Amino acid sequence: MTRQIYMDHSSTTQVDAAVMEAMLPYFSEKFGNPSSLYSLGREARKAMEEARTKVADLIGAKKEEIIFTGSGTESNNLAIKGLAYRNRKKGDHIITSSIEHHAVLHTCKYLESQGFEVTYLPVSKEGLVNPADVEAAITPKTILITIMHANHEIGTIQPIEEIGKLAKEKNIPFHTDAAQSAGNIPLNVDNIGVSLLSLSAHKLYGPKGVGALYIRKGTGLEPLLHGGGHERDIRSGTENVPGIVGFGKAAQLAKERLPEAAKITGLRDSLIKGVLEIKDSFLNGHPVKRLPNNANIRFSFIEGESMILNLDMKGVAASTGSACSSKSLEPSHILLATGLKHEEAHGSLRFTLGHGNTQEDVDYVVSTLPEIVNKLRMISPLAR
Amino acid sequence: MNYMTDGYSEKVMEHFANPRNVGEIKDADGIGKVGNPTCGDLMWIYIKVKDNRLEDVKFKTFGCGAAIATSSMITEMAKGMTLEEALKITRNDVAEALDGLPPIKLHCSNLAADGLHAAIKDYKERTGKK
Repeated sequence: MTRQIYMDHSSTTQVDAAVMEAMLPYFSEKFGNPSSLYSLGREARKAMEEARTKVADLIGAKKEEIIFTGSGTESNNLAIKGLAYRNRKKGDHIITSSIEHHAVLHTCKYLESQGFEVTYLPVSKEGLVNPADVEAAITPKTILITIMHANHEIGTIQPIEEIGKLAKEKNIPFHTDAAQSAGNIPLNVDNIGVSLLSLSAHKLYGPKGVGALYIRKGTGLEPLLHGGGHERDIRSGTENVPGIVGFGKAAQLAKERLPEAAKITGLRDSLIKGVLEIKDSFLNGHPVKRLPNNANIRFSFIEGESMILNLDMKGVAASTGSACSSKSLEPSHILLATGLKHEEAHGSLRFTLGHGNTQEDVDYVVSTLPEIVNKLRMISPLAR
Repeated sequence: MNYMTDGYSEKVMEHFANPRNVGEIKDADGIGKVGNPTCGDLMWIYIKVKDNRLEDVKFKTFGCGAAIATSSMITEMAKGMTLEEALKITRNDVAEALDGLPPIKLHCSNLAADGLHAAIKDYKERTGKK
């Protein structure tokens, strides 16, 4: 059997064994509805509130400031639409970046169709938003700034403390999508100065189908889901108790394991160094301001999907920004925003490391990749 | 654990893993260059013609798994055919020979047929045959 190496942790992670164990009772014997008054319900409520505390602890927030949702995407939708709808009378202008996740970008596009105005800020070739650009984009009608903490594709970490400071000075709510950074790098809502922050459980060894939104006290949001008034009337719907309990456990573990980032950074740098030995290969993103687990490299003359398929045949799971692997046949908007040409964006590979990866895994990828790249370059008319 | 291959038939994967007729023909009688690297697909088809038959067909392709597999497939199909027969190969023929393609990848089979036809057109133009 070929060995299986998973290097796509920014797509999703395996549920940690301890997380799974924590969740299991809440599917069966502890199945109560947290809204019920009898002991079975109270038991579920208690577990859910403990999970809320743990998620809050991961980001230095207060428990009351955490709302559980169904995904990171929902958290982003709730933050952006909820705030926009609530503040429509104050203004109609939103500032974001051109490299956000689609959960933010497409929400902003939707709001444009509803009469809002959105500024999409450019990024440097390393994928950095310039805080001066944020400042320049602010108008008296600006009601929200939403800039991601770390990019899911190229791993660039944004100067969100500076942007947060700016937002605070101008008294404009600031939202950040922290789905990729949480658990990978330290995160504190007060240091960043955010009003809203989105999280996703399955990016940090928790289950799929659970997200959270941090809402700073005093930040008003219009709910998107109306119903029984769950989650302080901001997100109705019976809570996903097993998922939330799992998220809590995963958040607790993530905080404990933050020091392991140093080890993962070491593996990342070893991977980048090894892969860049291949001729005509280049690092995408920022050399230093990048997530500890992200290596994104582009190879001239060849296309990403065919690299992914070849890697898969060798037991390695990674991803690409190539159009051919996407449903839209459009190359990654992030790579294009960093100034890459279409054909350059097509040839990009993303490896995202996790706790399970070892130096051996890295060595295997470094030794396997040149053969794949050469084989595809032999077929390519672009490689001369 | 096949993350991406579920959409591809075994035949596509087989041609992708072991592409036939890769390379250039130095003294080709016709070359068809189709696609655009901007879109992520570029196919060059080389043909060698003898007695109105495709004596040899080779390709070079920049593109995804489907692009490489359809290139490989069409070279195999066309080899030995008369020019008239080769001109009748359609995108559907290529897709069918590969046991189907995911809908979003059908343009690749288009490209392969176009590439072959362009190479034959080039040959006819070079030799003055219309």
